[in-house]
Amino acid sequence: MTAFLALVRKDLILFLHDRRALLVSLALPIIIASFFGFLFGGGEKGASAIEIALVLQDGSKAGAGIAAGLKADPSLAVAQMSLDEARTAVRTGKRKAAIVIPAGFGEAAGEALFGAGAKPEIGLLYDPSQPAVLSMVKGMLTQQVMQVVSSEMFGGPGGREVNERSLHALEAQPQDADTVALRGVLESVIKYQALPPKEGDAGARKAGLTMPFTTRDEGLSGKSDDGPQGYNAFAHSFAGMGVQFILFMGIEMGTSLLHARRSGVWSRLLAAPVSLSTLLLARAASSALIAFAILCVIFAFAVLVFKVHIASLPGFFGIALCFALVTASFGVLIAAFGKTPEAARGLALFATLMMVMLGGAWLPSFLFPAWLQQAALAVPTKWAIDGLDAVTWRGMDLAAVLPAMGAQLGFALLFAALAVWRFRKMEG
Amino acid sequence: MDVLLEASGLAKAYGARRAVDGVSFQVRAGQTLGLIGPNGAGKSTTVGMLCGLLVPDAGSVRVRGEPVGPGASEAKRRIGLVPQDLALYDDLPAFENLMLFGALYGVPRALRRERATRVLGQINLQDRARDRPSTFSGGMKRRLNIGAALMHAPELLVLDEPTVGVDPQSRNAIFEILERLRDDGCALVYTSHYMEEVERLADQVVVIDGGKVLADDTPLGLQRRLPSQAALRVELVGEPEPALLEGLRAMPGVTAVRLDGLTLDIGLQDAHDALPVMGWLERAGCSVLGFATARTRLEDIFLHLTGRSLRD
Repeated sequence: MTAFLALVRKDLILFLHDRRALLVSLALPIIIASFFGFLFGGGEKGASAIEIALVLQDGSKAGAGIAAGLKADPSLAVAQMSLDEARTAVRTGKRKAAIVIPAGFGEAAGEALFGAGAKPEIGLLYDPSQPAVLSMVKGMLTQQVMQVVSSEMFGGPGGREVNERSLHALEAQPQDADTVALRGVLESVIKYQALPPKEGDAGARKAGLTMPFTTRDEGLSGKSDDGPQGYNAFAHSFAGMGVQFILFMGIEMGTSLLHARRSGVWSRLLAAPVSLSTLLLARAASSALIAFAILCVIFAFAVLVFKVHIASLPGFFGIALCFALVTASFGVLIAAFGKTPEAARGLALFATLMMVMLGGAWLPSFLFPAWLQQAALAVPTKWAIDGLDAVTWRGMDLAAVLPAMGAQLGFALLFAALAVWRFRKMEG
Repeated sequence: MDVLLEASGLAKAYGARRAVDGVSFQVRAGQTLGLIGPNGAGKSTTVGMLCGLLVPDAGSVRVRGEPVGPGASEAKRRIGLVPQDLALYDDLPAFENLMLFGALYGVPRALRRERATRVLGQINLQDRARDRPSTFSGGMKRRLNIGAALMHAPELLVLDEPTVGVDPQSRNAIFEILERLRDDGCALVYTSHYMEEVERLADQVVVIDGGKVLADDTPLGLQRRLPSQAALRVELVGEPEPALLEGLRAMPGVTAVRLDGLTLDIGLQDAHDALPVMGWLERAGCSVLGFATARTRLEDIFLHLTGRSLRD
């Protein structure tokens, strides 16, 4: 036991004396997790507005109405400009997209509404690096155009003229069942437009088509009536970056063992009356202690600075402890199978980056294809990050994260068994 | 004297190559044994088996009758290993390095601090206790490397080329440390390429080559295996007659005569034979410019036993 404790103490002293290791293990995850937290909306109550350009070439009431509607939408930050300015703004990345409403759009859209005229085109310029924005802008534009154009067609003077022209055009066509039905619709609309305004509605425009529903948005998280908060982007980013940088520390612990083998220190330790198991266990124990402490420190920072709420302290410590064991066994595994510290570090970094990516540390895992989401279950980081999410913003308790803890313990045992087998083979 | 370490029939092969093949020797308490051999002779493999780092294919190592093996073998507590590589933690202060090695050998915590302080004094590093070895010179690191092996006060110190890469002052300091240990009764097994080091320390020498023991004797015993125990070099004024050389070869005590220009090298059975040879030369009318005598060195014995061909 004396030897075991002395070896653990030695590793702790070496770690604390190494300022670079401390910086990499503590400061970097905090800095990067803070950045990601802000990036994913951690510092704001709602999502930030999409910055777009608007080129309004149509002088009609419909065009003005669409422009006003877009500007009033809180999801958009609209700047009106010329076509050339809009192209430059999108090309240089200053605006994510531009909407170009061409001259005569309002009238042409009205005629096209009942199928009598050709559909006018609205130009959409977008930044190809952000294709998701295109779909979002299209959706918002559709809502505004349908609302404004239909309102004009049903209630505006321009709409009545367009409807009458459309009716005459239909009368000139062969009178099949579809044409007869459409004529009926237009005649009804014209009758509706001719009705006198209701009492109290003098001067009011008749309503057009509107969205037949509204949504009630409710983010499901660990928020309770008496809880301090719900989803906090910092909780996830600190989990992801914490896991990533702790694994980096595990790599350093593993490669330092390879350095010890190369320098002869490992042989010197084996010349002492201590078993191989004691040496490996001591290394694993010190790695686990350091990993556990790092995770606690960086989450303490997240709690104090970014108000991340830990819903279950036992659950958090359970997940942290299990992940610390995964890190420790991962480090010993690297030392067992690595030929040289340099080669082992390269391979281990690649493996770690793959694991943290699949674990959802960088990108939400729902963005992955279904097969990749299934494959992610085979990496310990997925269980660690999900477990940390669960006991923070999802508001779950120890019982809920027992499967995640069990999965991590399984990985830790597997890594340790492989490492011990390999070491015994080498040292035997 | 009682037997402290006994290596019996040690054998170790790496694939088809037999690195060590039936090596046996003993080290008695307080004895200093020099283990010498050319590169690839099997010294390091033998040291590895002595310290329990390698498992022999055949044979055994016992310390005070207890077998030495891998793992937590109790016999290891009696051995201190000073490896050729600097087996230190460069970023751990010197004192902490010593404390660690003390703990590995089960030295109780209360005693460990006292020992570390004493060992630092022994190796003349008491002023650098809190400094990291990464800031030390090569000689200081070598001394600390020895200090780490002294923390548990071993009965036997195994030193594998402990003076590699150090300056003459540091080498001398290391020798003074080892001589003090020897005088205090600590047994030493010393491997080195520097024959003068082994000559200075060892009272028993094992010469190993090709994985086999070629000789196991005292330095004097080894010397006696050579026909010449001493040498006489004579610088002549003029070229000697062939008859003079024949007369010299016939003299009692002369083992070899070689002429190189005007330099005459005469091998002698004993250094005491030099005086009669000088008298004979004078009587033979040989004009001598100068002369020098020398004892046969361990290196001569080593080369005599192992040959002069390169091994790597």
